Amino acid sequence: MSRIITLRDALREAMSEEMRKDKNVFLMGEEVAEYNGAYKVSKGMLDEFGPERVIDTPITELGFAGIGVGAAMNGLKPIVEFMTWNFAVLAFDQIVNNAAKTLSQSGGQFGCPIVFRGPSGAAGQLAQQHSQTFESWMANCPGLKVISCIDPVDAKGLLKSAIIDEDPVCVMESEIMYGLKGDVPEEEYYTPIGKARVRRKGTDITLISYNKMVLECDKAAEELAKEGISAEVIDLRTIRPMDLDTIIASVKKTNRCVVVDEAWPFAGVSSEVTYNVQKFAFDYLDAPVIRVNSADVSLGYAPTFVEEYLPNPTKIIRAVKEVMYVNA
Amino acid sequence: MTQVLEKKSKKTTKPKYSKKQYLDWYKMMVRIRKFEEKTLYCYSLQKIRGFCHVYIGQEAIAAGLTSGITADDKLVTAYRQHGIALARGMDSNSCMAELFGKVTGCVKGKGGSMHFFSKEHNYFGGNGIVGAQIPIGTGIAFAEKYRGSKNLCVTMFGDGAARQGALYESFNMAMTWKIPVLYIVENNGYAMGTSVSRTSNVKDIHTVGEAFDMPSEAVDGMSPEAVHEALQRAAKHIRAGKGPYFLEIKTYRYKGHSVSDPGKYRTKDELNDYKEKDPIKITEKKILEYKYATKKEIEKINDTIDKEMEAAVKFADESEYPLGSELYDDNYVQENYPFLT
Repeated sequence: MSRIITLRDALREAMSEEMRKDKNVFLMGEEVAEYNGAYKVSKGMLDEFGPERVIDTPITELGFAGIGVGAAMNGLKPIVEFMTWNFAVLAFDQIVNNAAKTLSQSGGQFGCPIVFRGPSGAAGQLAQQHSQTFESWMANCPGLKVISCIDPVDAKGLLKSAIIDEDPVCVMESEIMYGLKGDVPEEEYYTPIGKARVRRKGTDITLISYNKMVLECDKAAEELAKEGISAEVIDLRTIRPMDLDTIIASVKKTNRCVVVDEAWPFAGVSSEVTYNVQKFAFDYLDAPVIRVNSADVSLGYAPTFVEEYLPNPTKIIRAVKEVMYVNA
Repeated sequence: MTQVLEKKSKKTTKPKYSKKQYLDWYKMMVRIRKFEEKTLYCYSLQKIRGFCHVYIGQEAIAAGLTSGITADDKLVTAYRQHGIALARGMDSNSCMAELFGKVTGCVKGKGGSMHFFSKEHNYFGGNGIVGAQIPIGTGIAFAEKYRGSKNLCVTMFGDGAARQGALYESFNMAMTWKIPVLYIVENNGYAMGTSVSRTSNVKDIHTVGEAFDMPSEAVDGMSPEAVHEALQRAAKHIRAGKGPYFLEIKTYRYKGHSVSDPGKYRTKDELNDYKEKDPIKITEKKILEYKYATKKEIEKINDTIDKEMEAAVKFADESEYPLGSELYDDNYVQENYPFLT
């Protein structure tokens, strides 16, 4: 049995289910309790779990991330919500220098089973400081796992897996996708970390993406189908560890690949995917792998900038035609 | 006896400042109020997008800034900044155009509501990351001292930002190095939906300065006179080379944290109590009482400002959006930077 719910509801169900099962799980962050979450993801959780387990913090990202790390080292399982990953930048010291390294530094004695979650990516005309993606920043760091997805069914299952995971997991959501609806089973389930999902089967080209850009890939694939081009769309869902098996199997089948990544191009997720495709599927490629990223600049406020900046179906289709040697 | 008391009470309301001063404060506050009312209206029409935090209720602070410091002093603040930008002397056209995302905006449509800047007006911007401007303002002031100027840097932030670690680090260095920085916390009672009392055991934020031996005081933020006087006291101390000063200006925002916040976490009574103390209403009353202007003259001032704001909206509306390709401008000073494509 399944029903249609939003991404925000799916995320809340994941947290609430795990909190019911394990008293060591708690939620902490700015406006998560009395305000019901800046984006209403934690709506009603204060009522159910009380202020000991759904905790409003002051605006002190470094401090409460560190409190989460300490609590995790001492046996609890914190979920730390950032109002956006743009604000988590203040907490990178604790995430990168402590959460990621505690197990290694302590010779395996202390782990850090913590979830850092919040929205990442552009969300309209929010200008430079509020429009960035952080998957590649976090995924660059050994010790961390990184999830980034917006499909409600995947987001719920993956967040549940992240909460019970023994390692620190960064979960990237999307402000403008919290209202996205999807089929989610009634019964409990977990989605494994480190597995991509083929959203759409195809034979001519592999489109690889994650987070809200998978929807742009879906739209591009629809358009391409009308022109007789069959695109396979892969949602990475987990950025680190990356599911190379699914990627490589698809490229070996289609022989062509475009990576669609909202992040900036330099040393990003798209670079990592592209490196692995050339390394493991070189003999199967009929064209160089190319990528569609956001522009290599800071995003300004005006609507014309947003349009110019982000990947969209037009840009994706142009890239597909380039690798298929089809005239646009 | 009654007569004496009446005489006495009349005496206490003798104007402390000149007609020009009161009218300047009044005009600035009305300009900010009307600018923000237009902002909210244009937001409802979706001419303005993104995060948008208005200054309504806090205008007396901006008014005090027009007289309490000099135009050569520097200023940096957070994202509730439209009123501060106007108080720095920026014109309503370029500010409104920025809100519309137009190329005629004060930062060419790049910044929007949270990021006005003006080098000409020594305005180092609205910052969108809570508390980020506290060390930045300290650094701006550091540069003034380094160059041997008499200028200070006003570094403004909200009560929410006062809990960020960056404040404590900055306060310590500013005191140790006697940096000419005037820290102002605009305490409007709420960090988004979280009241001051829920963010700390220390509710009187100015007492935080005491831990650093920084001169610190609380100020009535509904009174331009009180703000002006506190700024002058602080500026005198700082310009004498004695280092930083910390003012907690107690104020209130009439609207939600941003346009998307209904502000359900506070009561109507609380809001109405503050509206009773509205700085524009009270200043207007004083101006009439001191016979600095007639009712008719006040109306004329309001009409003129209405026209200014109408014109600003028209200017913004009729201006062009920047070209998409201008996204590549101003990312590097270097010309012909090889962007990845």
